[in-house]
Amino acid sequence: MALYELTIKQLSDLLKNKKASSVEITKEYLERIKKLNPELGCYISVCEDTALEEAAKCQALIDREEDISPLMGIPVAMKDNICTRNIKTTCASKMLHNFIPPYDATVSGKLKDAGTVLLGKLNMDEFAMGSTNETSFFHKVKNPWDFERVPGGSSGGSAAAVSADLSPFSMGSDTGGSIRLPAAFCGVTGMKPTYGTVSRYGLVAFASSLDQIGPISKDVEDLALVLNVITGHDPRDATSLNIEYPDYTKALVNDIKGMKIGVPKEYIGEGISPEVRKSVLEALNILVSLGAEWEECSLPVTEYAIPAYYLISSAEASSNLARFDGVKYGYRAEKFSDLMELYCRTRSEGFGDEVKRRIMLGTYALSSGYYDAYYKKALQVRTIIKKEFDRTFDKYDLIIGPTAPTTAYKFGEKSDNPLEMYLGDIYTVSVNIAGLPGLVVPCGLDQKRLPIGLQLIGKALDEPTLLRVAYAFQQNSEFHKLKPGL
Amino acid sequence: MKVTVETIKHVAKLSRLDLSEEEILKFAKDMESIVEYVDKLNELDTTDVEPTAHVVPVKNVQRKDEVNPSFERGSILLNAPMEKDGCFKVPRIVE
Repeated sequence: MALYELTIKQLSDLLKNKKASSVEITKEYLERIKKLNPELGCYISVCEDTALEEAAKCQALIDREEDISPLMGIPVAMKDNICTRNIKTTCASKMLHNFIPPYDATVSGKLKDAGTVLLGKLNMDEFAMGSTNETSFFHKVKNPWDFERVPGGSSGGSAAAVSADLSPFSMGSDTGGSIRLPAAFCGVTGMKPTYGTVSRYGLVAFASSLDQIGPISKDVEDLALVLNVITGHDPRDATSLNIEYPDYTKALVNDIKGMKIGVPKEYIGEGISPEVRKSVLEALNILVSLGAEWEECSLPVTEYAIPAYYLISSAEASSNLARFDGVKYGYRAEKFSDLMELYCRTRSEGFGDEVKRRIMLGTYALSSGYYDAYYKKALQVRTIIKKEFDRTFDKYDLIIGPTAPTTAYKFGEKSDNPLEMYLGDIYTVSVNIAGLPGLVVPCGLDQKRLPIGLQLIGKALDEPTLLRVAYAFQQNSEFHKLKPGL
Repeated sequence: MKVTVETIKHVAKLSRLDLSEEEILKFAKDMESIVEYVDKLNELDTTDVEPTAHVVPVKNVQRKDEVNPSFERGSILLNAPMEKDGCFKVPRIVE
């Protein structure tokens, strides 16, 4: 097996046993990126020189056998909305095409301290708004399984890079499904942790009450290793939870006897493709064969989650993106006669269509006369959605369902109709609205050989149950080992 | 029509966006269908339901009033589109 095919755990074992060096591993990835990235478009920036320097430093530590963390010497790539000190962070927008952060996001710092080697920054939908990666200012990302199809979004580069073996793991962000949807479309394992467990300091804000950083990897064991590094209280994020964080690797137990699973009938009923449905039910059969039980449950408010989500996220975005005014950083229009023109021209030229559309919707929902009817109403629906989940978790240990109604679709198929694209988020947005953890594992291929993702949803802070069930699933199936064959 | 061209012009101004006539028509059409769709929320009775702005039960987080090192001015100005005398340069605001 080539080094680039291995998991974090396997690479880490090779490093510990001196069977490979971090420089060797990093070089192999850089070569593969050079070969495949021009076609796939996963990376916006590749840190060739700094990556090799970092790898050499990490190798020196490994050679001295000083306190080696499980991520020491392992390459990583980050979504381009997570700030990296002295390395361009563009959010795939013209607005930030030249922005070089003078600081590291907390997550970037933690990964650096753990000894990871940054390969580069990954493509995404502009400001994380989109489900296809078609809104990136730079170039689109192709799905490694079929170059005519979208990788999902908004963390499309993050999922495609892991799927195509252009990084052993990556970091993404998830506001309404932006880690889980591309993980499903690209056939990789990904997680949106509970809101507040991973610091958002240094994540370029889209919708602050929904945004959460999380990992994408080749399997569940790797997810646990990364969660151990990136979770934790951070005084620089006021919403960060000051609690005891568990050792997530302790949850990797191949025993799920008696586990009670609820499957919302709204998630497997009308609107889902028969192939996705079949694959989800077959995955449930595997879990039943391991001693778990499932039954149908109901989350009747599901159909209201998308309108509530688009109102809340756009309202927060319109406020968060007000900071891009051409004064302190990023793009500035060339021609203006006064301050108002500087603002308006900079923003009109710097933002793409989808970003403008969301800023407009959010501003509309927050404007005088509409606030109660739209924004406040959406926040009330949020309360109902959260209560529905609470009630369901009184009865079940976790919820399982599909990640998306279909597998990856073709470029352009949904880009003319924003509303139709929004509807693809039906199974993922509720999780962000309620702040819950969601984990996606590959559970099969459709007839076109496109990956299908199984979604596990847990109680707040119950990542261990999700990891345990997903781990047992991967110990007893081979879906996560399927490759696009590049 | 709930979302008129006038509404779009007003919202664009609040959003500090300069839209072309063509964009205004396109956004009016998009917004009309999105607003029509989100009106679906009115089917739900939310009388006496408290709004939830944040799901995490964390309130009024404060830190100690201590002076910590801040960024060096030069490192922040490196990203400035225009700077002068260690400040961000903008068009004249006060006549």
